[in-house]
Amino acid sequence: MKRRDFLKVAGAMSLAGCATTAAPSKARVVVIGGGFGGATAAKHIRLWDASIDVVLIERDAQFVSCPISNLVLAGYSSMQDISRDYSGVARHGVQVVRDEAVAIDAAKKSVRLASGGEIGYERLIVSPGIDFTFGDLQGYEAAMKSGRVLHAWKAGPQTVALRRQLEAMPDGGVYILSVPLAPYRCPPGPYERASMVAAYFKQAKPKSKVLVLDANPDVTSKAGLFKRAWSDLYPGILEYRGNARAVGVDEKTMSVKLEVEDVKGDVLNIVPPHRAGDIAQKAGLITSNNRWCDVDWRTMESKAVKGVHVLGDATLSAPAMPKSGSMANNHAKIAAAAIVDLLNGREPAPLQIVNTCYSFVSEKEAIRVSSVHRWDAGKGTLLAVPGSGGVSAARSEAEGNYAWNWARTIWADSLG
Amino acid sequence: MHRVLLAAILASVALGAQAQDRARQLASACAICHGTDGRSDGKALPPLAAMPRDYVAAQMRAFRDGQRPATVMHQIAKGYTDEQIDALAAFFAAQKR
Repeated sequence: MKRRDFLKVAGAMSLAGCATTAAPSKARVVVIGGGFGGATAAKHIRLWDASIDVVLIERDAQFVSCPISNLVLAGYSSMQDISRDYSGVARHGVQVVRDEAVAIDAAKKSVRLASGGEIGYERLIVSPGIDFTFGDLQGYEAAMKSGRVLHAWKAGPQTVALRRQLEAMPDGGVYILSVPLAPYRCPPGPYERASMVAAYFKQAKPKSKVLVLDANPDVTSKAGLFKRAWSDLYPGILEYRGNARAVGVDEKTMSVKLEVEDVKGDVLNIVPPHRAGDIAQKAGLITSNNRWCDVDWRTMESKAVKGVHVLGDATLSAPAMPKSGSMANNHAKIAAAAIVDLLNGREPAPLQIVNTCYSFVSEKEAIRVSSVHRWDAGKGTLLAVPGSGGVSAARSEAEGNYAWNWARTIWADSLG
Repeated sequence: MHRVLLAAILASVALGAQAQDRARQLASACAICHGTDGRSDGKALPPLAAMPRDYVAAQMRAFRDGQRPATVMHQIAKGYTDEQIDALAAFFAAQKR
């Protein structure tokens, strides 16, 4: 490690430390990734035991929410609406270090940073989100580098770029959204996006089309509610095709290659298959299908690496559990509770959690799916509680208001 | 004798504190819509923090048993036992707004 790099890390940490606690700490927890999982975990460990030091490592200056980002594509919301800085987390005494974790040494219990510094931990939380398996789609990397093909499946610069492409597209154009095989981040997300782009076209360029090419045989979430909205609101605008898996993309001819045919479009929004984020792969946390990280659902501790807890979309999902912001926030609370117990010499107890996912189908109307997940000792996992959960009775503006309430509230609960 | 009594008191205090911690953790699942420790911004939903214990418990049971119509709570309440509902109601009642 270079001396100046060490000083950078040490300086950042002591600076943050001054503002927090003078008492000697019980232990240090390091959290990698400041999304719905990591930020929530960092905040809640401090809320539940302020004698534990928490360091949050995040490479970006701001959190940008994937939920509600589809409304930005339609022009119904802005990047500013869906962005939050980390000052709220820091107010809880979390030491926020803007850097990227590049390696984990589980034997030494330390994390190496891109800047060259190292941070030791008693317990490590890895909440890395997703990265893509670009190799599953022939030509994707070249197409992405050209800037003509976007996934916009991580909210941020690609969200802005996709909005610009939609605005620049002439009326009468075709927007193609290619959906990967499940499991992927946010099961209803593609169908919400298709609805939002269709709503924008209906208002601004009504001769245009939305074509959904879904690798899955059918809509994977809230299918009845989405299809009802599409036939009521966007007839002649939105076309859905199941069993239409993209295997390649060519930005020169602006076409998506399916298994049996090529389909041309004017805006190509191709979402590649995912896996757990890069740091999970580098740290040997991926256990399943080269993609996901299996965890003990009582503690979120990795089944591969002791002392490391994995949260959010990167996990090998429990049965009937979606990869969602609500779930990542709840995973964080399981991990925070377990880590506070472990660092206080107590036995962790399983925690019951709740998922709620809203999707907009028009500017003001939304639909919802909810579930309650409880530890099952016999099966050794979290299971949906029989009889609980379900979807909205119908799309409504009331659900739209609750969707906005959910967004404001979960942003505050995770980062405020 | 005194020492034994003191140890027993301390143990029961510790158990009580642990039960409160568990209730707070259980309630944290509600926070995605109702706010951290039930302190919402109050724009769409009334804050659960400081809501009377008996009222919260009765409403959760009414949602669960289909007595009170709802957009979502009738589906979520069905995932909670009587014991969990009572722990949540006691926790929220004890929070300041």
